Amino acid sequence: MILSGSPHIRSNASVTKIMLDVIIALVPACIAGVYFFGPGTLTTIALCIASAVGCEAAIQYFTKRDIAIKDLSAVLTGLLLALNLPPNVPWYLPVFGAAFAIIIVKQCFGGLGHNFMNPALGGRAFLMISWPVAMTAFLVPNGGIDAISTATPLAALTNSSVEVATIGDLFFGNVAGCIGETSAFALLIGGAYLLIKRIISFRIPGAYLGTVAVFACLTALAAPGATGSSVLETVLFHLLSGGVMLGAFFMATDYVTSPMNRNAQIVFGVGCGVVTMVIRLWGGYPEGVSFSILFMNLFAPLLDRAFKRKVFGEVRSVEEQ
Amino acid sequence: MGLTFKGGVHPLHTIHEGKQFTAGSALTEMKAPPVVSIPMSQHVGAPAKPVVEVGQRVLMGQVIGEANGFVSVPVHSSVSGTVKEIKNIMNLNGKPVPAVIIENDGLDEKCFLPPLDYESADREQIIERIREAGNVGMGGAAFPTHVKLSPPPEKEINLLLINGAECEPFLTADHRMMLEYPEKIATGIKILMKALDVKKAIIGIEDNKPDAIRALEKAVDSHSIRVATLKTKYPQGSEKQLIDSITGRIVPSGGLPMDVGVVVVNVSTAAAVSDAFLLGEPLIRRAVTVTGAVNVPQNLMVRVGTSTEDVIEQAGGFSGEPLKIISGGPMMGLPVPDLSCVITRGYSGVLVLDKTYTKKERQSNCIKCGRCVDGCPIFLNPTNISAAATIEDFEKAEAYNAMDCMNCGSCSFSCPAKIPLAQNIKFAKEMIMVNRMKEKQKKQQENC
Repeated sequence: MILSGSPHIRSNASVTKIMLDVIIALVPACIAGVYFFGPGTLTTIALCIASAVGCEAAIQYFTKRDIAIKDLSAVLTGLLLALNLPPNVPWYLPVFGAAFAIIIVKQCFGGLGHNFMNPALGGRAFLMISWPVAMTAFLVPNGGIDAISTATPLAALTNSSVEVATIGDLFFGNVAGCIGETSAFALLIGGAYLLIKRIISFRIPGAYLGTVAVFACLTALAAPGATGSSVLETVLFHLLSGGVMLGAFFMATDYVTSPMNRNAQIVFGVGCGVVTMVIRLWGGYPEGVSFSILFMNLFAPLLDRAFKRKVFGEVRSVEEQ
Repeated sequence: MGLTFKGGVHPLHTIHEGKQFTAGSALTEMKAPPVVSIPMSQHVGAPAKPVVEVGQRVLMGQVIGEANGFVSVPVHSSVSGTVKEIKNIMNLNGKPVPAVIIENDGLDEKCFLPPLDYESADREQIIERIREAGNVGMGGAAFPTHVKLSPPPEKEINLLLINGAECEPFLTADHRMMLEYPEKIATGIKILMKALDVKKAIIGIEDNKPDAIRALEKAVDSHSIRVATLKTKYPQGSEKQLIDSITGRIVPSGGLPMDVGVVVVNVSTAAAVSDAFLLGEPLIRRAVTVTGAVNVPQNLMVRVGTSTEDVIEQAGGFSGEPLKIISGGPMMGLPVPDLSCVITRGYSGVLVLDKTYTKKERQSNCIKCGRCVDGCPIFLNPTNISAAATIEDFEKAEAYNAMDCMNCGSCSFSCPAKIPLAQNIKFAKEMIMVNRMKEKQKKQQENC
């Protein structure tokens, strides 16, 4: 007879199922990426996943731990990294990026659950710094076989020679950018799936997108007519362009590197939004989503401590009565 | 839409919480077995002292163990027959407990207390009768009822809550009590109200038992007693959560329901109180749900002292390989260490789990998903306490308010990484208590 402490039943949630759900939620974004940037994108995605899984298995083997690639967390890291890369990067970028994400960012700090920043974004930041040119060589969507490099719509903010994309193009994804961030529509489908499955709550994405919207609205009101577009257009432009949708629904919501307490999650989302907009408007890079999330990742433990929920009945202690 | 509290989980929502196996099974009296073993400790507090001798003939309802102190109740024989032995038997915690073993003569010759008219009795007489009848909380904790009814004078009680939530999956014993004996429960409530001198009582029932809600609404006098419909959510039947759901009053951390003017009593306990007055019957039998991997899952009225094995046999025996047997519900029940363990006053169910529920699942690292934080009805951070407990940093566990945990198990239940959070927290709590004792002893030695 088995003797064990209560509870004696458990929900059927599991780490693998959660990872699988996030991967499923990313499928629309992958399809959009392949549709707009061609089948070459698939190679990048495959390379990232293969490298991530390979590195995970290798480091677990060499450190004599159980090989846990079946939990799909390495697959997800690889996939997220791929979606944060330009479509036609040289083969060594996915390979080294995923290796950095898994070996340095994740496993060096203790593996699953112990990393202090998002591995995929850590890998991306590493690539941005190491190969800045390759990392910003974006393709014209539907460019056919002869890939034509172009700038992203966000670059138009700081460089007036770039043509501004229409809101419709931004929404459906007919714009230059990273594989996964091109179509806000596809990302919203995935985000809705995660919300319905209760994998994520609306707190982080809501606070993040809300802050970006409010910030964009304020800048538009502060300098009316500066960009030649209405307030609504400016707000939509900031929400739909770049990686903010991908970041808000899939990167900032990473369990390990975001706070657990409800109020802390909202503050975390607001922080991501503010840093993103500061980098976009005044920073050296055209896009600030990755760095803003990485920046806020560092604050997650502190936010959890600062916004701890009051324990039930902790109105006054018994001694005080 | 029922009343509810914050936090909590929905155990086995998809299979109707396992209650469907027995919800339709009417309570049937189980024949008393040839031998009963009646433990002297079936309640929170000091064990009773045996007052019978080997070879002595005892009657059904006769006192065989005297209460030992205020927080203690007398123990009664559940059959008529001869005392065969007085020896230690194993209780649910696997520890020895003195028990009186009685050979049943099958005559059920009664020696109940004289019936007592509660309307003419005064407060003291009512509380004394409840104590004499050995009444304890039948929801599982088995806290002596007369102690609950005697709060210190500075605590003013103005509300009696009757707990009919039965939020544990699989259990339907209270449900059947409410359906079949609503008048008994109503009478019990009136007696308890008189004992507490309160004008208002509310019965809380989860909305998955609409028939029980209707039955009690019909049975109670709607003027001073009413039924509150609660949302089906675990742990709705936990005292503090029940009080929050129904009244919005928050029991302070480390405090008791009486700190907010409330006393909470289980529905079966209320029915037993009624029996103690109208019939003079002490607490010698109770409703038990036998369910899970047994051939005929059902609800039984079982005599105290009947072995778990006898109850399972009554339910047609095991239907699969029994891997784990639980006394009570699957969320907070104790695993039964041996089939010889007997039904006591606080033992509400026998749940046999086969391989469907005992899969060994690989534990992985915490991914900080926060499901335990969202599910905790006390608003703790279970994963932090558990992590502190695993590295044996009990001071840290205490700083994370480990002592506020009530072991409801919502955290372990919801954890996707399959970390035994509730067990780790329980360990931390025990170690904190041990350390406090050590500190105290050290201080005393220094003073000497």
